[in-house]
Amino acid sequence: MGVGALIARRAALAVATLWLLSVLVFAAGQLLPGDVGRAILGPLADARSVANLDHQLGLDRPLAVRYWDWVSHFVAGDMSRSYAYRAPVAPFIVSALAASVKLGAVAFVLTVPVSLAAGVWAALHAGRAADRVITVIGTWAASLPEFATGIVLILVFGVWLKVLPVSAVWPAGAGIATQLYHLVLPSLPLTLVLFGYLARMMRAGTLEALAADYTRTAVLKGLTPRVVLWRHVLRNALLPAITVTATQTGYLLGGLVVVETLFRYPGIGSLIYAAARDKDFPMLEAGVLTVGVIFIVTGLLADLLYALLNPRIRLGASA
Amino acid sequence: MSGRWRALLRSGGFLTGVLIIVFWTACALFGRLVAPFDPFADDILSALRPPSAAHWFGTDQLGRDVLSRVMVGSRDVLTVAPLATGLGLVLGVLLGLLAGYFRGVVDELISRTIDAVLALPLVIIALLALTAIGPSTATVILVVGVIFAPLIARTVRAAVLSERDLDYVAAARLRNESTLWILFSEILPNVAPPILVEATVRLGYAVFAVATLSFIGFGIQPPSPDWGLAVSESYGLINGGIWWPALFNTLAISSLVIAVNLAADGIHRALNA
Repeated sequence: MGVGALIARRAALAVATLWLLSVLVFAAGQLLPGDVGRAILGPLADARSVANLDHQLGLDRPLAVRYWDWVSHFVAGDMSRSYAYRAPVAPFIVSALAASVKLGAVAFVLTVPVSLAAGVWAALHAGRAADRVITVIGTWAASLPEFATGIVLILVFGVWLKVLPVSAVWPAGAGIATQLYHLVLPSLPLTLVLFGYLARMMRAGTLEALAADYTRTAVLKGLTPRVVLWRHVLRNALLPAITVTATQTGYLLGGLVVVETLFRYPGIGSLIYAAARDKDFPMLEAGVLTVGVIFIVTGLLADLLYALLNPRIRLGASA
Repeated sequence: MSGRWRALLRSGGFLTGVLIIVFWTACALFGRLVAPFDPFADDILSALRPPSAAHWFGTDQLGRDVLSRVMVGSRDVLTVAPLATGLGLVLGVLLGLLAGYFRGVVDELISRTIDAVLALPLVIIALLALTAIGPSTATVILVVGVIFAPLIARTVRAAVLSERDLDYVAAARLRNESTLWILFSEILPNVAPPILVEATVRLGYAVFAVATLSFIGFGIQPPSPDWGLAVSESYGLINGGIWWPALFNTLAISSLVIAVNLAADGIHRALNA
């Protein structure tokens, strides 16, 4: 299969997944709650005001019509109106997403170089103390819930040592340095989880590449260890790590709900959390679907990047 | 096989994990009998006292003894997480067997739905579902179990794919065995090891997920002494220097998560050795 066909097939799959996801989100948001008007007004409201609200919100129309209305507007960037704020959802999503991207970017910048280096270091010293320490830290870091690591970090660095601010919200008009300073502590719980996965993948990838025939060939033809490591081992070991990094983007988005709630940071995670708490279904559906779209698109990009970087796929196409 | 299990019993990580799980299970069952105070008794006049000789872990915002609550706090998570994993296992094995055995349209349909569910982080899809049907102990089991089903189905499907074309399956077909018999009596026993590994790993995630959902208020509900819930009720006090209710409950839940992961890791190693 050529690269073009491969990309087309992968993109078609992504579109199909997106469509199914939209049906799932719609079903969860519109069918599961039963009567939305009743859910908003509470058990004491009389039947007529419930029916009235349902009519105002357009909930008395057939399901297929409601689904089409919702999804076609979403695609056009118009994500219906929030029940809680009585205002269009889209601006809330956009500003929350911008804030989350900032937090996520800090987490990534802190994590990626450190975990890649730790993974390679562990693989080069496989079985020795350094390897064991990195592996154990990685396993524990990846398995602990973010709120648990977050609370310990707040206590140690924010309350006891007082070296980092515990609030993720910086004063208005703060410069980039101050903003980053406030983002370090909230990004650390995410960093720990990402470190666990990424270091483990990088370690496994490096070990595999070290044992591969092409590495032995490179060593036997007299290349210096440095060249073998950078040109032959790391290039191959990076491939799986790239895929994992992209998958972890989706994970990061889930972690944001917890971390942003813990640090009261106004991102997409706390937006989804607030919408869930207020039973603001349009906001909740739009937020959840946005997260799903980001996840599917990053997955698609990771696969494309993998195909472009992997000579077996790239050259297989032109052969 | 017996050699593998003997190696398992010699593995320090596995034993540590099991010991911690047994300890918290014993606390869940008998904690109330040995707890120094009644975990549910309010005493508002002695609220938020720091750790002391009488209250080793201090008291919470209602004056309840934190140590006594931590001791019985494992009860709900140790019920909900295994039940959710069990539900996910039943559904996932069923879906995975069907998708792997029949291939074609059935497989395509099941696999695409699995992808769609997996396109969302567990916490977010659980939040959506729990908002819609209302959070309670039963709905948390249901939602986490249903979300686990596709994850488990993916593992089972992959295992079934490598079994379905083997001779013993063809032989069973020639003997005119029913499809149900082939699926559950021929294939299922042969794919049991990866399912066992998946189940233990899932249990770790279930504890993680239930604790996280309780922390954001969509899991186990008050007045349960559940650890995640207790952290959610007390983390806002940390900035004011009141660290004990949040910290001790955080350490408790962390020890359980790590214990389940150590045990799962041991089983994984033993079965893949």
